[in-house]
Amino acid sequence: MTAVTPAPPDTAVRQAPAGAVPPNPPGGRSRLRAAAGFAFGAALLFAVAPLVLSDFRLALLAKYLCVAMVAVGIGIAWGRGGMLTLGQGVFFGLGGYAMAMHLKLADAGPGGMPDFMQLYGQLDELPLWWRPFASPWFALPATVLLPMAVAFGLGSLVFRRRVRGAYFAILSQALAAAMVILLIGQQGTTGGTNGLTDIQGFFGYDLDDPVNQRMVYFIIAAVLLALLALARQLIHSRYGELLVAVRDGEERVRFLGYDPASVKLVAYVVAAGMAGLAGALFVPAVGIISPALIGIVPSIEFVIGVAVGGRATLLGPVLGAVAVAWARTALSERFPGTWTYLQGLLFVVVVAFLPGGLASLWALTRHRAPGPASDRRGWSPLGRRRGDRAEVPAA
Amino acid sequence: MSGDRLDGLSVRDVRVSFDGFTAVDGVSLEVPAGDIRFLIGPNGAGKTTLVDAVTGLVRATGSVRFGDQELLGRPVHRISRLGIGRTFQTSTVFEELSVVQNLDIAAGARRSWVTLARRRRGIPDEVAAALETIGLTGRTDQLAGTLAHGQKQWLEIGMLLVQDARLLLLDEPVAGMSHEERDATGALLETVSRDRTVVVIEHDMDFLRRFARSVTVLHAGKVLSEGTVAQVQADPRVQEVYLGHPVDAGAVPSGLEA
Repeated sequence: MTAVTPAPPDTAVRQAPAGAVPPNPPGGRSRLRAAAGFAFGAALLFAVAPLVLSDFRLALLAKYLCVAMVAVGIGIAWGRGGMLTLGQGVFFGLGGYAMAMHLKLADAGPGGMPDFMQLYGQLDELPLWWRPFASPWFALPATVLLPMAVAFGLGSLVFRRRVRGAYFAILSQALAAAMVILLIGQQGTTGGTNGLTDIQGFFGYDLDDPVNQRMVYFIIAAVLLALLALARQLIHSRYGELLVAVRDGEERVRFLGYDPASVKLVAYVVAAGMAGLAGALFVPAVGIISPALIGIVPSIEFVIGVAVGGRATLLGPVLGAVAVAWARTALSERFPGTWTYLQGLLFVVVVAFLPGGLASLWALTRHRAPGPASDRRGWSPLGRRRGDRAEVPAA
Repeated sequence: MSGDRLDGLSVRDVRVSFDGFTAVDGVSLEVPAGDIRFLIGPNGAGKTTLVDAVTGLVRATGSVRFGDQELLGRPVHRISRLGIGRTFQTSTVFEELSVVQNLDIAAGARRSWVTLARRRRGIPDEVAAALETIGLTGRTDQLAGTLAHGQKQWLEIGMLLVQDARLLLLDEPVAGMSHEERDATGALLETVSRDRTVVVIEHDMDFLRRFARSVTVLHAGKVLSEGTVAQVQADPRVQEVYLGHPVDAGAVPSGLEA
């Protein structure tokens, strides 16, 4: 073959666009850097934040970190897998309701019924489908497994039929709408528009006690770090490389002998599990779960945080989610009513002008020399490359 | 890294229709094991559609056998696992993955989920061998999107090698290549055909004359002519199709298209 001059060793790094999988780093050093990063994050979350933040602000941070967990999952499904999921509220809600149902039953005591059921007064006894949630051994695994099972069922149907791009996004959003309608319609057993409110205890601990609130915060911070470690492993594994390949050339992957539907399904199910866990921890942190927290608007807000932070990176979604949630609180305290518009504007600006999110800014300053044309071209909101040739038509 | 046995491709009476338009109209051809067969024909002759049918991308009737396996009716990824690999007219490497990541993915369709969940350590043997064959050893960690056009095409062929494809279906592999790149590609085809069967769709007549072992000419969905390069060039029907009128025998249909 023709002689090729070896590329300078740092070429690949310098040219890497935001969406690229880092070329397999020589184990030791990158691992060390990651460990240092995690230690720094842990110190920030476990030592600095509780010291400098008031109880009120810490409770808010706990809430933001739950949103960040959803964002980690969206980063995998959308940033890495190209599935723009506008319905993560569904899985967040399933996890949240499963946890809230258990806590309501625990509050009511053995044999008791949740307060709202007595209020609406149409039921003489606990509905059948509530009963298993009295046991923590059922309810706790269900917060994760239930969303994963729903995602598996939906994903199996959808991905095998090659529904993708905007169609997938709309479908997932419709699911969020359907879930809200269902919850509101079944007021007698779901609490309707109000949702499940006024949750008092968390496995025997009184949630009104600031010490216990702090404990919930620590649990949330630890789970978030664990999810980040899991996401990192996933991104750097062979599966992570394959997922990016499916995102960028689904048909090509099929011709290599893989079934892209299964590859996407795994990412979607993992993202759903993360959202479910986030919903479950959101309930003790905030004390409520309701349709307004899981519908279309919150589902889109989850995605905005991820887009702002940088969907294809590990930390981008987390930082973006926390930043957007924080900005929302700060701005809506001062200018109620304008936040929605600002948020929309933010999303448009990021998608149009900074498709790699804030993470790509950081990468730019770090490497000075921006990558070649592929830097920009790689990013359209639906994960397809603009200017790429149309997909191979399926028979 | 070669396939364990050498098989031929047998296409019998294959038909493909799209909404009443018959793109491939009863094509039969035999590609013996180890051949380098060139498929040529004017635009719309059905060359790419025929390859689409063989690889499961479009539905077809008739029979396509590779070795003793019937291919028609199987989904794309199953056909691929039987050892059928193809490239497309435009390069379809994964541009945001490195060269070695591209090859590693191509090598991995049979990997278990446990292996997939782990990190790749070093460079697998078959990937290293393919890097050597396609001459990209020095560019292991470069992003595929930053490769030159010719290098992308070689990477595609390398992906077929690690995929352990025993039948390579290449759709215009030298389109847009420089002379040097064409020569290198031809040499690469001769190397890989030692233990594989190769089918090439190509418009470049110079490339065809140098590297084809046999040629099938398609026209309007049917086989028009078949044989060695010399036989096909001498066939008046071929000249008529390409030039619109019969010419003196021995004249070379050159620069016919593309």
